[in-house]
Amino acid sequence: MHLLHYLKDHLLLLDGGLGTLLQERGLLPGELPEEWNLSHPECIREIHTAYFDAGSNVVNLNTFGANRLKYTPEQLDAVIGAAVRIGREAIAASRGEQPKWLALDIGPTGRMLKPFGDLDFEDAVSIFAETVRIGVRHGVDLILIETMNDSYETKAALLAAKENSDLPVFVSNAYGEDGKLMTGATPAAMVALLEGMGADAIGVNCSQGPAALAGVVEEYLRLSSLPVLFKPNAGLPRTVDGKTVFDVSPEDFSGEVTRLIERGVRIAGGCCGTTPTYLSALSKRASARSPLPVTEKHRTAVSSYARAVTFGDTPILIGERINPTGKKRFQEALRRADMDYILREGLSQEEKGVHVLDVNVGLPDIAEKEMLCRAVTELQAVTSLPLQIDTADPEAMEAALRLYNGKAMINSVNGKRESMEAVFPLAKKYGGVVVALTLDENGIPARAEERLSIARRILACAEEYGLSKEDLLFDPLALTVSTDPTAARETLRAVELIRLELGCHTSLGVSNVSFGLPARDLINGTFFAMALERGLSAAILNPYSEEMQKTYAAFCALSGLDANCASYIAFASSRQASTAVAPARAPAAGPDLAEEGESSLRRAIRKGLREQAAGLTAELLQSVPPLAVIEQEIIPALDAVGVGFEQKTVYLPQLLMSAEAAKGAFEAVKAAMPDVGGATRAPIVLATVKGDIHDIGKNIVKLLLENYGFAVTDLGRDVPPERILEETLRQNAPIVGLSALMTTTVPAMEETVKLLHEKAPHCRVMVGGAVLNPDYAKAIGADRYAKDAMEAVRCAEELERVCHTTSCATENS
Amino acid sequence: MMDARVEVRTYGEIFPTRAEILRYAGLGRGKEADAQTQALLDKALSLSRGALCGRVCFSYLPLSRKEGGLDLGFALTDSTDLARALDGCDRILLLAATVGVELDRLILRESRKSMAMGLLLGAIGTAAVEDVCDRFCQETGEALALTGLCLSPRFSPGYGDLPLALQREIFAYLDCPRRIGLTLGESLLMTPAKSVTAIAGIRATN
Repeated sequence: MHLLHYLKDHLLLLDGGLGTLLQERGLLPGELPEEWNLSHPECIREIHTAYFDAGSNVVNLNTFGANRLKYTPEQLDAVIGAAVRIGREAIAASRGEQPKWLALDIGPTGRMLKPFGDLDFEDAVSIFAETVRIGVRHGVDLILIETMNDSYETKAALLAAKENSDLPVFVSNAYGEDGKLMTGATPAAMVALLEGMGADAIGVNCSQGPAALAGVVEEYLRLSSLPVLFKPNAGLPRTVDGKTVFDVSPEDFSGEVTRLIERGVRIAGGCCGTTPTYLSALSKRASARSPLPVTEKHRTAVSSYARAVTFGDTPILIGERINPTGKKRFQEALRRADMDYILREGLSQEEKGVHVLDVNVGLPDIAEKEMLCRAVTELQAVTSLPLQIDTADPEAMEAALRLYNGKAMINSVNGKRESMEAVFPLAKKYGGVVVALTLDENGIPARAEERLSIARRILACAEEYGLSKEDLLFDPLALTVSTDPTAARETLRAVELIRLELGCHTSLGVSNVSFGLPARDLINGTFFAMALERGLSAAILNPYSEEMQKTYAAFCALSGLDANCASYIAFASSRQASTAVAPARAPAAGPDLAEEGESSLRRAIRKGLREQAAGLTAELLQSVPPLAVIEQEIIPALDAVGVGFEQKTVYLPQLLMSAEAAKGAFEAVKAAMPDVGGATRAPIVLATVKGDIHDIGKNIVKLLLENYGFAVTDLGRDVPPERILEETLRQNAPIVGLSALMTTTVPAMEETVKLLHEKAPHCRVMVGGAVLNPDYAKAIGADRYAKDAMEAVRCAEELERVCHTTSCATENS
Repeated sequence: MMDARVEVRTYGEIFPTRAEILRYAGLGRGKEADAQTQALLDKALSLSRGALCGRVCFSYLPLSRKEGGLDLGFALTDSTDLARALDGCDRILLLAATVGVELDRLILRESRKSMAMGLLLGAIGTAAVEDVCDRFCQETGEALALTGLCLSPRFSPGYGDLPLALQREIFAYLDCPRRIGLTLGESLLMTPAKSVTAIAGIRATN
């Protein structure tokens, strides 16, 4: 019988712990358990058989850590092959009469994925893929991905399983006492991600006893439309008289798990500390229960590494500002690949209260796929808001969806065949809520009923691809009311028709409606209110618009979506506070008075007051030419702080605050006179070397170098030597700065220095970092050693002078 | 596959002192931070509050001396500095501690807006993981004192002549990724970044 058929109307019983039983039989800590498939097959077989005898339908093969990080390809094939053979023998040996299956057990790699760890997402996928292919070749019946405590690694494993097999895949995560994964995901986030990618069953295992995990399991049961799996520990381990005991007895264990089976759990077993005795007790109790049906929950949700956002209750705000259209500074930032700019745009929209960030980085003259992937990678590392992948390029869309750590929104599909054929397979494979525009080959129909019929066609096509209406968010398109007086009315009617006739959620880009009119915000806000009243589920908007914010806060309060009007009151009082505060540029009367002869701006920089420095600079620019402001105010102030740092009267935190204040001042100059204040000095390439992922030091150096006018290109961390060379040659940069924190990564630094000296002999390399000293730096061939950020600036200035006198600067190219 | 020979303890609240944090941030010993730095530190402390979760996994192991080195119960080493630190001990406490990856994320995020803030958050993390280790060792020391034993100071891979490569054996033995979410990269860097592994000796008092 096929496993998934059986699961339809039966409770599926898994097995219990393996590791604890192997330790009782002599497995040592640190020893690889899978090797026992070859060295002690009889032990493994005996345990599997005991579980089948106890009533288990599925035995987890001894392959938890079988991956190429721990085994060579030959060993991997041997241990997995032996695992399957032992499993078959156990089936043959068991006297149990229930249907029996063998699961390829896949546990975490033990490594953290980038950017916090050093394992690349695609490398993780390929590690899991190799294990999956070998398991499939040896004939396992299903794949059980378990004990995963990071959403990103879970995604990599599930993707590998789906891409390399047609077998059923169950996915189980390990939740901490706080009810979250170790890297922060809530049950709702994991349910959204795993359902979106097409897992066959999902659930919870390991980490705690059944009672402690009950809350998490109940959350799964409430949210998920899939069979829920539950495989807890026998409580927590303790050592008593040198022996391991777990604090939940077989009786209590089976009682608590059965209670959750009565609530809807469909797949049950045990993890650490559970034995055939536990499973036998569970089997006896649970077999008397007829399982509850698995029901559709009809939820439309997206997720990030940490949380889910659900459509349907409170309207969802999607921030539209990460988009270069019509924004000159954003376009410039994209061309410079200035990720800080994009990230700041994301983070400040988050502060404005949006729930999802739209990410559009398309420009005709940049490689969109690479840029979109980079933007998504960087954004998802720092924000817990789900992202909306916004691109017209299907290749870029796929690449971004693949590496997205969660279930994304997809912007967008429309009624054109070509568009649906490109987008729906991606949504099916990677999961996602697709924004569907009600237009087709004939354009945007004028009447709401016609837009509804396009929506109907889109939905029908989505269903052909295995998607359902929960996977779509229809955008009936706001058109300009100044050119067509019925435009807003028809759009609003379409919102309502789609909701009532199709039962689908809707979204609108609100601001188009006011195009060509004065005081657009007023029209936008009112239109937004009207759409919300018609049942709009989401809006893509500019969160800096005061009118939109007001409308949203008031709407939620008036619609009973804001308990005790708490959010509204907070919103209103923040507005009062912000109007009462004096403008930032007013000098604050601090306790430290200006030093004699010191201007207010120089004082602001010395004291590290960023906003004040920017405000004072803007003020000064009214009467003083920009170059004079830089040369007579900002640079001398910065220099004074730098000298103070060298003389140990100023310390690192103060140096950085002053550097940031100076940066604020420079930005004010730049804003006032776009042509002045740009980098005029030598280009410098900075990187933390391959294998090293800690970069605070390098970032401090970057900040100071930029302050001193150098054109810094920051390649980030864990950068291969070839990449550093490539960029150095591309810019003909005369100076490269390398950072390394660990003794283990100094060889990578040495290799980089060597490569640069060989292939880019014009450039000089300065190095720094915790493990280095002048002798060590010399030994690896570096041209300069800088013990701190100020010294790096001095080194760069000196190298720049040397370059000029020996004319190896950029003009030489 | 949890091994009861390794136990886990968590510390929800961690309180590094301001002076420690500022010292890790590069303020000279005994120097006063100015008002701006203090204000920034207040902000950093409030940001870090929800991002710190101390977790320790640990195990007691027999220690024996062999020709040319020590048998630590999970690995052999010829480190003479460690041998000196463990003088008179016949057991060791092996531990790994971390304050969690959420702080890494917070540092990455805030550094984008302000490096000074990033620096202070990093210093908070360093001080916090030290605080977790100190508290854990103090608790353990107090428990050991009841049986006439005491704990020697902590010694970590990378100190003196104890090779960093010992991290591999420590991670394999304690199974840090599953127990406390602490991972080891190819270059032996730990993630989360604010983490410590250490060995402390156990010996009879006096």
